[in-house]
Amino acid sequence: MMLTRRTSLALGAVLGLALGANPALAQKKYGPGASDTEIKIGNTNPYSGPASSYGTIGKTQAAYFEMLNKEKGGINGRKVNFITLDDGYSPPKTVEQVRRLVEQDQVLAVFATLGTPTNTAFHKYINGKKVPHLFLATGATKWNDPKNHPWTIGWQPNYQTEAAIYASYIMRNHPNAKVGVLYQNDDYGKDYLHGFLAGFGDKVKQYVVAQVSYEVTDATVDSQIISLKGSGADTFFNITIPKFAAQAVRKAYDIDWKPTQFLNNVSNSIGSVLQPAGLEKSKGIISSRYYIDPTEPEIQNHPDFKEWLAFMKKYYPDGALNEPFNVYAYLSAKTLEHVLRQCGDDLTRENLIKQAASIKNLKLPMMVEGILLNTGPNDFAPIEQMQLIRFDGEKWVPFGDILG
Amino acid sequence: MEQLAHQVFSGLATGGIYASVALALVMIYQATHLVNFAQGEMAMFATYVAWALMDAGLPYWPAFFLTLAIAFIGGIVIERLIIRPFDDADVLAAVIVFVGLLVIFNSVAGWIFSYVIKTFPSPFPAEPPFGNRLIGSHDLGAIAVTLVVLVLLFIFFRFTPLGLAMRAAAQNPASSRLVGIRVGWMRALGWGLAAAIGAVAGIMVAPIVFLDPNMMAGILLYGFAGALLGGIDNPGGAVVGGFLVGVMENIVGAYVIGTELKLTVALVLIVGVLVVRPTGLFGHKLVTRV
Repeated sequence: MMLTRRTSLALGAVLGLALGANPALAQKKYGPGASDTEIKIGNTNPYSGPASSYGTIGKTQAAYFEMLNKEKGGINGRKVNFITLDDGYSPPKTVEQVRRLVEQDQVLAVFATLGTPTNTAFHKYINGKKVPHLFLATGATKWNDPKNHPWTIGWQPNYQTEAAIYASYIMRNHPNAKVGVLYQNDDYGKDYLHGFLAGFGDKVKQYVVAQVSYEVTDATVDSQIISLKGSGADTFFNITIPKFAAQAVRKAYDIDWKPTQFLNNVSNSIGSVLQPAGLEKSKGIISSRYYIDPTEPEIQNHPDFKEWLAFMKKYYPDGALNEPFNVYAYLSAKTLEHVLRQCGDDLTRENLIKQAASIKNLKLPMMVEGILLNTGPNDFAPIEQMQLIRFDGEKWVPFGDILG
Repeated sequence: MEQLAHQVFSGLATGGIYASVALALVMIYQATHLVNFAQGEMAMFATYVAWALMDAGLPYWPAFFLTLAIAFIGGIVIERLIIRPFDDADVLAAVIVFVGLLVIFNSVAGWIFSYVIKTFPSPFPAEPPFGNRLIGSHDLGAIAVTLVVLVLLFIFFRFTPLGLAMRAAAQNPASSRLVGIRVGWMRALGWGLAAAIGAVAGIMVAPIVFLDPNMMAGILLYGFAGALLGGIDNPGGAVVGGFLVGVMENIVGAYVIGTELKLTVALVLIVGVLVVRPTGLFGHKLVTRV
């Protein structure tokens, strides 16, 4: 009998299992928070306070695990006990809640904790405790640092990667561009700004003519937009959260400034940014994506979308169906599900982080075609590709290759 | 030069926002001699009420006036039920109650209406007047509304017996009681009026900054700076102060210290006024007879 390479490998694996050559797979091993019946996962989200619009992410994730427990009996026969606590987007509160999750509730891991300043606050603590800190809901670049923080793994494409994509697009397609940047004066805004400036390399002085910032407490960013127009910029990179993004787009149009506009992924929701700003005023804006906005016409008949819709209607009926965050949360929950499944019966913290760092070409539904999740011992950034999109007055139209 | 003009007019537009909030702060100060930190959140909540009424199909102006009425009654109810028990307590106790109200209004608004930003209609035309590009119709309209409210307030406090009674009740409760003024009700009335003025402010602000539960958080700070600058006990001064803060913020941010320190300007202004001239530009020095 001829054996192909694959079948012989498979045969070897089966034999190995049967002979108990791999005791880790055969024997159940549990870390804190895991047992025969349950896997405890901790999370913090801003359900109150200034960043509460993100709270819907935690609610979708909770709904997802509820669905998993009810319809599929959990993961490998164990129910997921998802404990999500409110931190109000206040770093000291986050530390308190995470300590509670780790020390009192004894969770196996914390997952998708939301926010850059909030995660920063317990970054050291959680690594000191050797608790897996998985798939953070923030795009800061610092989460990809396996050497110094071997227990923390990000999830979404980081802000610097995204900004660099815009920079290289500008250099390729608008070699004479004069760029003005508006950024939020904090970690998030500066991370984007840094990646954007670095993306131009030594030509940064030639391209970027103006940088202005705003504070989240500002009433409007009108004054900043006027300054940018006055600087003579013909290209505009808009690094703002939704409310200010809408204001900036509207003001630029109202004072007759018509630059080529780049809008950060954080704020490219049609429902909560472009509609308030005015669809006509938003025409031509360039942004990027890695998963598909639930309002896009192309996806309405896709089975993946229908599955998401059915899930939302049954398990999170209050959730907005035009809200991209609810897709985002669904996908990050699916990533955790994949990794926990991968762990098999070895639910120790060591194995969990090891499995989280060995995701190979994972394809998720509602992700842009061709974008896959990958991690490795030296790569703690699961999603590193994006696709450019342009707003045509009604919807986002993808163009160009997958970048990153 | 064109840019400077743009900055000044845009500053006037935001200044108008600060001025309307400053007015509401002055109103409550006139009635109670306290600064209500929940003023901004009450205004935000009233704006949501207006939004909900319009969403239910009511035209703009009926919704506008109905909201004012609801805010007025709401203000009185809050004073009667929540503030009154602390009348004789320490100032600090009152401040804590105000902060509590702030958090409650913010969370309840988010809970009911969600945190996704909403567009709010403007009663003024979409195109800027006279074909100018410096200032929008709504910005001008909002400034006009603020000035109208100011004139009405001035007349109310200066020429009506009720207005005089309210001022008296705030300045000297004991003597007012002796001449037959019902001090408690005067305070409640002050709360109602302040809430209604706040509602006007919120409804005028929302089309500019978009409606969300955190709409007023930053604005209240600048409005407070404006009120202090103009004089916390002088409605006209507070309006002038609001405009000054708006224009100054733009000019200083764009030309002098850069945008990164814009917020600091407002805070320095608050501390500076309190240290150098606690009565503000137009305030009266309060002399208490011993």
